[in-house]
Amino acid sequence: MIADMQYDQTGQLRHFLTIEGLERETLVHILDTAESFITFGEREIKKVPILRGKTVVNLFFENSTRTRTTFEIAAKRLSADVINLNPTRLSTSKGESVLDTVKTLEAMHTDLFVVRDAHSGAAFLIAHHVPPHVAVINAGDGRHAHPTQAMLDMFTIRQYKKEFNNLNVAIVGDILHSRVARSQIHALNILGVPEIRVIAPKTLLPTEVERLGVHPYSDMSLGLKDVDVIIMLRLQLERMQGTLIASEQEYFNLYGLTGDKLAHAKPDALVMHPGPINRGLEIASDVADGPHSVILNQVTNGIAVRMSIMAIIMGGQAGRRET
Amino acid sequence: MGMVIRNGRVIDPAHNVDGNHNLYINDGFIAALDDPPEDFETDREIDANGLVVCPGLIDLRARLREPGQEYKATLDSELSAAVAGGITTLCIPPDTNPVIDTPAMAQMIQQRAWQIGKSFIHPLGALTQNLEGKTLTNMAGLDEAGCVGVSNALVAVKDTVVMRRAIQYASTFELTVFLHSHDPWLWGNGVVHEGEISTRLGLPAIPEAAETVGVARDLALIETTQAACHFNGLSTARAVDMVARAQREGLPVTTDVTAHHLHLTEHDIGFFNTLCHVAPPLRSQRDRDRLISGLKDGTITAICSDHQPHEPDAKLAPFSESEPGISGLETLLPLTIKLVIENVLTLSEAIALLTIKPAQILNIDSGHLGVGATADICIFDLESEWTFDRGKMLSRGKNNPFHNWPFRGRVTHTLIGGELAYTRQSENL
Repeated sequence: MIADMQYDQTGQLRHFLTIEGLERETLVHILDTAESFITFGEREIKKVPILRGKTVVNLFFENSTRTRTTFEIAAKRLSADVINLNPTRLSTSKGESVLDTVKTLEAMHTDLFVVRDAHSGAAFLIAHHVPPHVAVINAGDGRHAHPTQAMLDMFTIRQYKKEFNNLNVAIVGDILHSRVARSQIHALNILGVPEIRVIAPKTLLPTEVERLGVHPYSDMSLGLKDVDVIIMLRLQLERMQGTLIASEQEYFNLYGLTGDKLAHAKPDALVMHPGPINRGLEIASDVADGPHSVILNQVTNGIAVRMSIMAIIMGGQAGRRET
Repeated sequence: MGMVIRNGRVIDPAHNVDGNHNLYINDGFIAALDDPPEDFETDREIDANGLVVCPGLIDLRARLREPGQEYKATLDSELSAAVAGGITTLCIPPDTNPVIDTPAMAQMIQQRAWQIGKSFIHPLGALTQNLEGKTLTNMAGLDEAGCVGVSNALVAVKDTVVMRRAIQYASTFELTVFLHSHDPWLWGNGVVHEGEISTRLGLPAIPEAAETVGVARDLALIETTQAACHFNGLSTARAVDMVARAQREGLPVTTDVTAHHLHLTEHDIGFFNTLCHVAPPLRSQRDRDRLISGLKDGTITAICSDHQPHEPDAKLAPFSESEPGISGLETLLPLTIKLVIENVLTLSEAIALLTIKPAQILNIDSGHLGVGATADICIFDLESEWTFDRGKMLSRGKNNPFHNWPFRGRVTHTLIGGELAYTRQSENL
């Protein structure tokens, strides 16, 4: 069912809603295509005409400057016309619904929606209700998925580690609320990473998380032992409600990434973070800025990976309009 | 007025009847089985050859949306759906708008249903005024006005003292308290079972403990008061075990299960299918297995629809923003028959769970075909195979997740007080 949603009848990627259910070849194709866009930003003229004449709407029901900006840059480098919208959504039925907003914009001949919403499943809902020639990219839905972020993280890992099938990866922090972690876990599994660990206090590990194909740890030094990649997640204090963690100090003592804790990992371990980082809460400044950190590379790669995903999806679009 | 239903397979679990019989009805009441009473004049006949004739179904929990939410459904639309589903008696929770917390409201709703002249409605009165969990309602008055029990509907009575006194007060009038036992803090803003699916989809979860903590608290209060209580639609294996234990210890407690919890699990949510958004949530396979075994071991004594019709927009939203509930009147019988086909229940046991047993929970004289009983009768074709199409439902709410399911067994006639309230049109037979 999920495959039906994301691939069209010819097996072309149609929407990009979640990593779950995607073929390994699709992920590799996205990474390979992104490779060809990576040197692009350094050119004199930073544009290719792949999406010329196409309209991309960044529909962000939930605010985000960073993600929206990288999508905007990516679309513009592909020569698309880009519109940014941040509609305020009322949670009552009195307000304009998500679908009403989408239908209105669709009537203005939008070709691609990049959607972010605070509720899990919003991108699916929209993808279910757009006509065949309109594509949807999920730019984050509630706690469910953030597939483009996961792909840029995979791209960054591949830049440094080349292969996935010999890696040991640890994801640290608020797994419970993290759409980034869920998408990363699917991507790492599909790409063949043999050992994926999630490290957090038990209050921040979702029930039956092992079913996603990960090994849960609550002890940082055990969890980080001999890992090749450490992905730190942002701790959103407003979600902690005073009962998920006891205090910022204790959290940092136990799960903050410091040089001491990093020493448990392999000597050439990568330190990653989807940003924005809370220095001194989930990661120490000297580690965030240190030699293991590839945090800024992630941001740069984000543009190339999003260009890749947009180009692949829109590449098959002409055919879908005819059928 | 004399009517005879000829040669049907009459199944009346209350009297251990299961065989081919003629059923005689006089002036709206069951007059005789097999041989007509003296001076019986046949004005009308129904040929039930090849059909099952059983008591009209009794649905323990159905929200008909009137008054207050007529944009979702009305008594007119939903009572038409009820008779099409073979349901002749409905018990409705008090969370209408306004709430059924006064005798006048209870009477008004019954009168409206009476005017429509289809299924009977038995309201539950509110346990506390406006369901606020603070002040008790005038339960003697509600009893007098026809309420078959009291309930705080889906709203938790957080204050344990209020809860204890409310069930004590209800037991003064021998009113059964219908409980939706849950811990409101553990329930939180959850929308799905806490487990694999909530983790995979990143949806706010309702842990098993939200139900077991609520049931444990209420059982402790029932133990000290010995008040008769009914647990509405349990969803977890552990809660069923707790109620089974309480029953063994002699506590006056009963429970039911919804038809959808017997057939669906959390996995049916797939990728955010809001038609499977129900409260309590669909749980794990283990929980579903225990609900089924609870029917067999006698812990659970009724299957209900927990009917909640919605307007389309209520389900066209991200999962956590969609409204919970299934429009289930028209799938109650076929889903129950499915358990017979799957060899979980005998046909007689299945019918008992939809008729005499819920009648006992409601403490009403209904759900059987004894001589002198009101002739509320459901006639259905057990062999009829059909595919369910939610677009063709008579309920105004089309929110039903069993679209395209193959079913066996279809209602052909529904009689209420000896009058034909529904006949399936021949082209659909």
